Amino acid sequence: MKILVCISKTPDTTAKIAFADNNTKFASDGVQWIINPYDEWYALVRAIELKEANPAISIHLVNVGLADSEPIIRKALALGGDEAFRINADGSDSFYVASQIANLAKEKQYDLIFTGKETIDFNGSSIGAMLSALLDLPFVSHATKFDVDGEKAVISREIDGGEEINKVAFPLVVSCQKGMAEQRIPNMKGIMGARTKPLQVIEAASISNYTSVVSFEMPPAKAGVKLVSADTPEELVRLLHDEAKVI
Amino acid sequence: MSILVFIDQSEGLLKKSSFEAACYGAETAKIMGTDAQAIVIGECKEDLSQLGNYGISKVHHITDNNLQHFDAQVYSNVIFNACNSIGAEVVIFSNNTTGKAIGPRLSVQLEAGLVSGAVALPNLTNGFIVKKSVFSGKAFANIGINTNKKIISVNPNSFSINKTNNTATVSSLQVSSTSSKVEVLAVNKVTGDIPLGEADIVVSGGRGLKGPENWGLVTDLAELLGAATACSRPVADVHWRPHHEHVGQTGLAIAPNLYIAVGISGAIQHLAGVNRSKTIVVINKDPEAPFFKAADYGIVGDAFEVMPKIIEAVKKLKSQS
Repeated sequence: MKILVCISKTPDTTAKIAFADNNTKFASDGVQWIINPYDEWYALVRAIELKEANPAISIHLVNVGLADSEPIIRKALALGGDEAFRINADGSDSFYVASQIANLAKEKQYDLIFTGKETIDFNGSSIGAMLSALLDLPFVSHATKFDVDGEKAVISREIDGGEEINKVAFPLVVSCQKGMAEQRIPNMKGIMGARTKPLQVIEAASISNYTSVVSFEMPPAKAGVKLVSADTPEELVRLLHDEAKVI
Repeated sequence: MSILVFIDQSEGLLKKSSFEAACYGAETAKIMGTDAQAIVIGECKEDLSQLGNYGISKVHHITDNNLQHFDAQVYSNVIFNACNSIGAEVVIFSNNTTGKAIGPRLSVQLEAGLVSGAVALPNLTNGFIVKKSVFSGKAFANIGINTNKKIISVNPNSFSINKTNNTATVSSLQVSSTSSKVEVLAVNKVTGDIPLGEADIVVSGGRGLKGPENWGLVTDLAELLGAATACSRPVADVHWRPHHEHVGQTGLAIAPNLYIAVGISGAIQHLAGVNRSKTIVVINKDPEAPFFKAADYGIVGDAFEVMPKIIEAVKKLKSQS
C-alpha cells in the first residue's frame, strides 16, 4: 500500500501574528516554522503507525513550498516518511496547491491520501476535499480514528454533535484530526536516516489562482477586563445579565 | 443568476448554522441585486417554507435513495448538478463539518473560488472580497475571489440571524445522483448536548479544576445556562474530557456570545480558538494568568469557592425570570 501524506509549513503555534508591507504579508521575521500540527501529529504519525504494523506500506510526503520548506520536510522524513516531494511554488490559494498535489498523485497512484483537517495559518480546510474532487475519489473528513480492514478502511469521523463510523474501499482521501494518533518526537536514528532519504524537487505546473489575499487585519483590541471580587461572585452574574446582557 | 444556500440538516432538523447561512445568502443577494434560493438534501421533518423567514425566496428539495446519509462525494456531485440546473453563480455554506467536506469539492467542480470561514458580507466595491478568519482567530484576511462563480462558507456564530415573516416556495428538484462508496457502520450522537460550534454560551474548564471528578462545577453551570461544555488541550490530552470538547488552536475554534473559562490560564494556543467570543469571563486564582488580558470580566479566586456561588446566583436569576 502506498500512502501520500500532505504536509504544510506553518508558523509555530506560539508565533506572534503580525503583518508587513502595508498589511499584505505575514511578518515572518524571527518566526519559527513547523509542520502544520494536524498534518504532523495526526496524519503523518498515523501513517507511520500503519507502516509499523505493516512494513509493506510506503509513505510518501508532499509539500508545496519553496526551499525554506526543506527543514520541515526533513523533520517529517526523520519521523518516518520514506520519500518526499517538494513542489517548488509559494502557493497561498487552496485550488492551486491542491492541483499541484493532484498532479503528483495521478502519476503515483496512491491507495490513501492523508491531509490534516486544516492548516493553523489560513484555516482553509480545503486541500483534502479538493484532492478528492480532482482525483474523483471518496473523501472522509475530520477523521478521529483510522484502521485498515482488508481492502477497506474503517474510519471514525467527527460530525456535528457526535461521530460516525465509515467503511470505504481504497483508494480514498482522508482529512485527519485529534484522536488519530499522538504527537511524536523524532529519534536520533530517524534524524540521521532522514539526511539520505530521497527528497525530490518538482517544478510546479502552471495553474491559475482562484483566490488571492488582498490584505490582513488584526482584531480590535479588548477594552480591558472588569474584575469582580471573589467574595461577591453573584456580582458577576448580575453584570452578565444587566450589563453584557448575555445570560 | 442566483445565490444558492446549502441548508444543512441533522436527523431531519434544520441547524441554526443553516439559518445563519440563509441570512448571509439573503444579504449577499441584496448587494448583488438578485434573490437567494436554498437547497435541502434528504428527507426533512421541518416545514421548509419557514426558510422564507430567513430571506430565502425558493427552496429546492432533493431526495433520493442515494442521499440517505451524508457522503461528501455524492452530495457535492448533486449540488453541482443542482447549481447547473438552477444557474447558481454564488453558493453559500455554513463552515461546519458538512460545509468543510463539500464546499472545497464543489469549488473544483464549479471552477469557483472558495473563501472558507467568512466573518462578514462580501465587499463588491473593488472586485469580490470576503473577510475571513485566519491564524485560528488571531487575525483576519480579506480574500479576493478571481473566478466568475464563487463559494463562501460562513463561520458559525459570526453572522447574526435576522428573522422576518415570509414564506418560501418549496419544490422538489430532480437531479441525477451517484451511489455512495461510503458505508456508514454506526452513528454515535452525543445526545442532549448542544453542538459546541453552534452554542451561544460555552462553559469551559482547564487543569485548574484538578481532576475529572470536579467537572460538576462546569457541567452544572452549563446546564443552568443552556450552554455547551468545552475544555483546554491539556485536559483532553489526559482524557479528563473527550477530545471533541477541546477548544483552541489545534482543537475547535468557537465564537459564542459568552465564553466562561474556569481554571484555564489562557495560553496563546487556547486564546486562538476562543478570542472571537463576544464576551469572555475568566475565573482563575492566578492574577497573572494571561487569559485576564483577553477577558471582558474576571474573578481572581479559587474556582472551588467561586463556582458554587455563581451557580447559586444563576439559579436565583433563572427562578426570577
